[in-house]
Amino acid sequence: MALLSYITVLLLCQLAGEVVARLAHLPVPGPVVGMVLLFVGLIVKGGVPEGLEKVGTTLLSHLSLLFIPAGVGIMVHLKLIATEWLPISVALVVSTALTLAVTGVVMQWLARQRRKQP
Amino acid sequence: MNDDLQSIWIYLEASPLLGLTATLLAYQAAHWLWRKGRMTPLLNPVLVSILLIAGFLMLTGIEYRTYFNGAQFVHFLLGPATVALAIPLYRQLRLLLQSVTAVLVGLVAGVVSAAASAMGVAWALGASELTIRSLAPKSVTSPIAMAISEGIGGLPSLTAVLAILTGITGSVIAVWVLDAARVKNEAARGLAMGTASHGIGTARAIQLGEVTGAFSGLGMGLAAIATTLVVPLLVRLVYG
Repeated sequence: MALLSYITVLLLCQLAGEVVARLAHLPVPGPVVGMVLLFVGLIVKGGVPEGLEKVGTTLLSHLSLLFIPAGVGIMVHLKLIATEWLPISVALVVSTALTLAVTGVVMQWLARQRRKQP
Repeated sequence: MNDDLQSIWIYLEASPLLGLTATLLAYQAAHWLWRKGRMTPLLNPVLVSILLIAGFLMLTGIEYRTYFNGAQFVHFLLGPATVALAIPLYRQLRLLLQSVTAVLVGLVAGVVSAAASAMGVAWALGASELTIRSLAPKSVTSPIAMAISEGIGGLPSLTAVLAILTGITGSVIAVWVLDAARVKNEAARGLAMGTASHGIGTARAIQLGEVTGAFSGLGMGLAAIATTLVVPLLVRLVYG
């Protein structure tokens, strides 16, 4: 029963997030707003209830599974990609590698600067 | 006998059972293969699962729409799972408060590099303007990427595919790239993975550790917001 009520909490946050995002015309999807709402809720509550922890861990441990249905949609667009496969694939790999390196290096450098301060 | 099989097949094609079962089976097979292969990033479970299912659908002639009819039950859980990302993030609250500036500056640098480099490389290699516009928002999760793409004159359905390919690319190369760039700070590694490759990168980051997973979820959420603001500006700058 406890698990069921915590699944409901996640759904309610998502629902509230969808409503807020649409009402305020936010450029962010509802679930991300729902994540912010739950985050604020946890801060207010001052801790993560055990049942919520269990539900969350179960969902997140299989996060990769949840992307598969949308990913299979690639088969519908194979022809589109095939015509410009070279610029597309090089752009994807180079840009993803560069983004990883830039974000990681900048954040690590700034975090170190802060720690050096007295 | 043959008629029986035929009618069973017709039933299975129309019911959500087949798509759902195929998704779970493919995922478990891909996971088994990944562990057998000593968890090499090349055998990325998302990539292998997609190839297995797409291959199966093409062999049997089942349409993607029919498959998605069943698989949508798995797809739906993406929403609650995104909400649940608040839990690991909350557990890193102290670390997050300590590094707010570093997170925000790193994030903006990453979001600008993602869009600018994708557009630049594609242009240099002779991609069409439509492809370049569709590539610009590819580092954020598909639904947002599609909305941005529509606003800047890209092709939303192409952008959705590019976003998924970016996610897979990120989860395959992240550890190599971050090691090569000597990024050892776990929070910075997480933020980089979420910023560069949204939810699919975050799924990988969660496997790497608690801090990495939490900051990847944060990066994915913030990058969605920042990209919505940055990419239209960038496209206007380039194409007027």
